[in-house]
This record gives sequence, C-alpha cells and structure tokens, in this order.
Amino acid sequence: MTSELIHRLQFAFTVTYHYLFPQLTMGLGLLIVVLKTVALRTNSEQWNQAARFWGRIFGINFVFGVVTGIPMEFEFGTNWARFSQLSGGVIGQPLAMEGVFSFFLESAFLGLFLYGEKRLSRVMHWFSAVMVFVGSWISGFFIIVTDAWMQHPVAYSRMPDGRFEVLSFWHLLLNPWALLQYAHNMMGAVVTGSFVMAAVGAFYLLEQRREEYGRIFLQTGVVAGLISTILIIFPTGDMHGKYVARHQPAAIAAMEGLFKSTTGAGIVLMGQPNEETGEIDNPIVVNDVLSFLIYGTTKAEVKGLDQFPRDQWPTALPLLFYAYHIMAGLGTWFALVMAVAAFLLWRKRLYSSRWILWALLLSFPLPYIANTAGWMTAELGRQPWLIYGLMRTGDGYSSLVSAGNGLFTLLGFMGLYALLSVLFVVLIYREISHGPEVKTPAVETPVAAS
Amino acid sequence: MMGFVWFWLVAVMIVGYVVLDGFDLGVGVLHLFLAHTESEKRAMLASIGPVWDGNEVWLLAGGGTLYFAFPLLYASAFSGFYLPLMIVLWLLVLRGVSLELRNHLELGVWRTLLDGVFGLASALLAIFYGAALANVLRGVPLQPDGYFFLPLWTNWRPGVDPGILDWYTVIGGLVALAALTLHGALWLTIKVSGNLAERARRIVTPLWLALLALTVISLITTIAVRPASLDNYFHYPVTFIIPVGVVASLVGIWFWNHNSQPVKAFLASCFYLFFMLAGACWGVYPTLLPATTGAANDITLTRAISGPHTLAVGLAWWIFGMALAVAYVVFVYSRFRGKADAPAGGH
Repeated sequence: MTSELIHRLQFAFTVTYHYLFPQLTMGLGLLIVVLKTVALRTNSEQWNQAARFWGRIFGINFVFGVVTGIPMEFEFGTNWARFSQLSGGVIGQPLAMEGVFSFFLESAFLGLFLYGEKRLSRVMHWFSAVMVFVGSWISGFFIIVTDAWMQHPVAYSRMPDGRFEVLSFWHLLLNPWALLQYAHNMMGAVVTGSFVMAAVGAFYLLEQRREEYGRIFLQTGVVAGLISTILIIFPTGDMHGKYVARHQPAAIAAMEGLFKSTTGAGIVLMGQPNEETGEIDNPIVVNDVLSFLIYGTTKAEVKGLDQFPRDQWPTALPLLFYAYHIMAGLGTWFALVMAVAAFLLWRKRLYSSRWILWALLLSFPLPYIANTAGWMTAELGRQPWLIYGLMRTGDGYSSLVSAGNGLFTLLGFMGLYALLSVLFVVLIYREISHGPEVKTPAVETPVAAS
Repeated sequence: MMGFVWFWLVAVMIVGYVVLDGFDLGVGVLHLFLAHTESEKRAMLASIGPVWDGNEVWLLAGGGTLYFAFPLLYASAFSGFYLPLMIVLWLLVLRGVSLELRNHLELGVWRTLLDGVFGLASALLAIFYGAALANVLRGVPLQPDGYFFLPLWTNWRPGVDPGILDWYTVIGGLVALAALTLHGALWLTIKVSGNLAERARRIVTPLWLALLALTVISLITTIAVRPASLDNYFHYPVTFIIPVGVVASLVGIWFWNHNSQPVKAFLASCFYLFFMLAGACWGVYPTLLPATTGAANDITLTRAISGPHTLAVGLAWWIFGMALAVAYVVFVYSRFRGKADAPAGGH
C-alpha cells in the first residue's frame, strides 16, 4: 500500500464517519426550532417535551460530532501537509471562520438549551434553540466553502513559491459552486433529520406507546421530509448537477458511465462500468434523458470519457459511478415515501396505516447512505485532482509520514470508531426506548434549585 | 507588523484554550481521587458539564487560525508531530465520549471504567500538551524544506535527533500536569461546596509546592537546553516582567487560596498559565519552530506567514468573530455561575 493511498483512506474514513453526526444535528437543529416554535405559540407542554427529547438526541450527536470533528481539522496538517502549506492562505480562512463564528455560538447556546432551561425565560430558551440551529448551519457553510474551493477554485492568486493567496474574500465565500453545493447538502441534512424523526414517530405508533409523541414526530418529520426530499432533487440537485457538468465534465461522464461522447445521450439507471472494455455491462438505459437533464434538450451532445486524457479520468471510476447512482436512486425513493406519507397525513390516515409506518421506520438508515454516497460522488469526481485543475492528489500528502505510520493511525481510528459506534447505538437506543417523558439524570440538571 | 500581530493572536487563542480546557482537564484528573461518593463525583463533573465542549472549541479555532496565518508552520508541525497528535486526538475522543456516556447511563461497574478512562485521558492530555510545548522550545530536526518527522522516543535525550519524549520534554509534561491539576482544584473551590470544596482547597497546597518546584526546574532546564531563549529578555529587559508575573501569580494562588478567596485564586492561576505561555512564546520569538539542525532551518515568522491580503482580510473577520465569541462565553459562564452542586450541597 502506498502512503498516498493510506492518507486518502484515513481522511476518507474519518470524514465519512464524522459526517454521520453533523448531518443529523444540522437537520434536527431546524426541526427542533419548529417544535419549540409550536410549543411557544400554542403553549403546549407536549411539544416542549418533544423538543427536549430531540435536544437530548441532538446533544449526544453533537458530542460525537465534536470529538470526531477535531481530527478532521488536524488531518489537513498531519496527512496533507504539502497541500496545507500551499493552500492554507485560502482554505485555512473558512476553516478558522467555522471555529470562530460557528462553534463558539453552537456550543454556548447548546449548553444553555440543554442545561439552562430553568435559568432562562421561555423566549430565551426558544432563542437558544434558534442559535444552535444557526450555528450548525453556519458551520456547514464554511466547510462547504472549503470543499467548493477545492472543487472549483476561485478568487485566488499564486505566489512565486507556489502558495495560494486569497484575492477576494467575498468571491471566496460566494463561490457559486459553494452556494449550489450548500443548498443541496443542507437539504440532505434535513432529509436525514426528517426521516429519523418520522422513524421514531412511526416506531412509537407501531409499538402503541407514547402515541401522542409519535404523532408529533410524524407530523413534523413528514412535512419537513416532503419539502426537503423535493427540494433536494429540484432545484438544488438539478442545478448542482448542471454546474458540475459545465466545470467538471469528466466527473459527470464518469458518474453517468458515459464512455463515449453521445448526441442524445441516454441515462444509465443500472449497470456495471467496465473500464477495460469502455462499456457498461448489463445496462438499463432510458434514451435521451441525460442530454435533457444536462442541457434541457434531448438532442444535445454530452461529452464522454473518450474526450479526456486517461490521466484525467476520476481514479476510482466504478466507485464514483455506484456512489452517484446510489445517491440518486435513494433520493427518488425518499421523495416517493414522503409523498405517500404526506398524502396520508393530509387524508388523516397516516397514523393508522401500518404499512407506511413500517416503510418510514425501515427507511431511517437510507438518508445516511445517500448523504455519504453524495459526498463520495463529489470527492471521487474531483479526482485525480486535490485542487481541481491545479494540484494533483499525489502532490498533496505528507511525504515524511510513512505508510507504516499512516496505517498505524488508520487502524487506530478504525478500532476507536468501532467502539464509538457501539456506544452511540446504546445511548441513542436508550433515549428512544425511555422516550420523551423521562427526566434526565441528576448530572444534567444540577442547577435546579440554586 | 502583521506577523507580530498574528503571532500574538495565535498565542492568545492557545492561552484561551489552555486556561479554559485546562481547568476541565484538571477536574478530570482530580475526580479520580478527590471525590468520595458518587454524588460528589457528579458535582465535580457537573461543574464542567455545560462548558467543556465549548472550551475545546478554542483548540479548533486556534488550530484554524494557525492554519491560515502560518500555513508552513501548521503543515510542518502537524505532520512532524504526527504520532503524538493522533494520540492526542484519540484521547480527546475517549475523554469526551466517556464523560457523555457517564451523564446518560446508569452503568454500575462500567462507571468505574469510564471514570478511569476520563481521568487517565485528562492526565495524559495535560502531559502531552506540556511535552508539545517543550518540543517547540527544544527544537525539532527540521530539514531545509521546512519538514521533519519525529518518532515518539529515541534515546530520551535532547539533541540533534531527539524523540517527542526525552527527559526535557517529560519535565514539560509534568509541569503541565501539575499546573492544570492545580487549576482544576481551584476551579472546584469555586464551583462545589461543603466537604468536597474543603478537600479541593486543601489539595491545592501539595499541588502548589509541586508546581513551584517543577516551574523552577523547567526554567533552569530550558535555559540549559536552549540558552538562546534568554536573548529576547536581555534585549528588552522590560520583558522580565513576564517571569515576575509568573512568581506573582504563584504567590497570588497561595495567598488567596489560604484566605478563602477562590475566585481570585483561580484568576491568579489563569495568569500563571498566561505568563508561562507568554514567556515561552517570547523566548523563541520571532522563531516559531526552532531547528536542532542549525538556525538556518528554523521556521521563522517571516518564512511561515501568509500573504498580506490574506492576513488583512483575516484580521477584519477575526476581531469581529472573536468579539462575538467572547460575548457568548461570558454569557454562558454568567448563566451557569454559582455552585454546580447546589441541590445536594445542603450540608
């Protein structure tokens, strides 16, 4: 195993694992604001209790997100030193801004939201929920800005020694790629939040316990789920895809499995890309659709991989193809399930339709898979570039950190995260099975009567 | 000028991190043996419960600031200290999760394990931070391109090709362990009550004596390992105010702790940490990472600093953002002021 591969694997593994937690907190952050707002307006203790329950779930996820997130910021330096040295003047900026503008805000108000309710007025407690939501979404924005600059570098100049410097701060933050990716990504987070909330609601109704909370969760999760599963396809996914097609045509060709340039290109729904023969094995194709999706006309020519030199093809081509298809396929499923559930909710039949409750319950892991696959699509599509068109991945890793040392820490992370996964499941399962009405243990509300 | 400003801004973030996360690390170490009952343990952990993750944010914000202001230093140091940094990350993960688990589960025998993990991780983190600072003061075997890679240990002696751990950096680790444990004890004297607070107040004395001895030893050994660290002081004698500040803070800790003024004693401990770190920074300035392979390989301020536009833009948002951040921190601490164990503290 080369050290380049080890460094890539370690970053990919740790960031994929890390993002299991923020995607839920960013989605839940919004939904908790919804719960708190209803509670405040209707003076409902039940909605308030629901908000507290999801606040506890949020809190656990936040802690796991923080402890798995700290390594991410370090790994730019530890594993990608040469990249960091050259690009720090640009992407160090949004990374530092994330810490300064988002984490202080988020952690401060999360502490207040979780532990300080008795010390705050009702409006202030609502406000702290809003601030937690804002903080988590700002955090997401700065990370997307960082990634977007690697995908589509803008607003930089290059020093004589090869370093990148920011030319325009606002153009860096308002990189069109970042705005599109952000919109798409945040909808992905809301999809995860909605499905998880709806799944717990469905679980309670199927169990016939705590049904009043089950209905609150389902109602909130399904409405938010319907909106987000539509928005993630159109307009955010559609626009983002077209932008990728314009600026990373080789990535789109690989994602779609289009080896040869085609006029009126069809879309491959399923199949196995075969790099040796340059074809898709066992394809299931719908004619003309790809041309239409990218250019708005069925007659347009879509560039295939044959237009690009082999050393500029995405390096993990089949994986990229599958990641993209898994994301898109699951996205379609989400919209379907949520549309049916929303229809039943409107017809007042959702709570008694056990088959759709089962579908919602069993679907909860899928948004995690889809979000992960979406990120893999973005990052594998960027290959073989670390900074698109400017720096190759092979030129960016820490050359003095040997493959042996890298593997040592990669295995360490795998072991540690395996342990974390067990603990996380135990914690979350316990919260869900205890339900919203359980008082939290003494440690959490030590400030009760001061 | 920008270099000078950013050097001290990064230093401020590091000091902020050490002062804030320092006390919860100290509480982590102390809760292993200071608490006699489960409710006392809970009171100790409750005193850091709402704030510890916010304290760790300073590490992230500081790391990010270092990244864009001094990319070469960030890249070189983080990849060169690869193994210890990864261990620090694992310890931070274990520590955060064990605290979180303890809050949520009624675990019986597993609780003992979690307490052990939490306390041990806290202690090891303190030691690693101290050793890290000592590594910077001692210097690392930088190559001309600004990179290096250090094994965890070699022959335990500082020299041209040292390890992360040698007798000098181990002393640095012990100083940090004593200082942060003391810092945590002083925090507890503010935040808990009754017998527990009294025990925290009493343990300050031995910790203080240990810290005094270690401070003196670290000072002498630093001058021995790196004689140049006094140059700046002799060049600007007014900066001897820094070691005077260290001594004054130590005296303050002793005095106010004995006169039962816990807040002042804790603040004196904050100042001790500030002066120690500032003294170390001033000792190497304007070098950021000295080379054991010859001064030509030093990573200096001018070599590592980002371009002027990057720094000017950064300064604008940094001042604005940190003003906001400080406001949040003050707000949260004021909301949680008072004893953390009030309901149980009736005795």
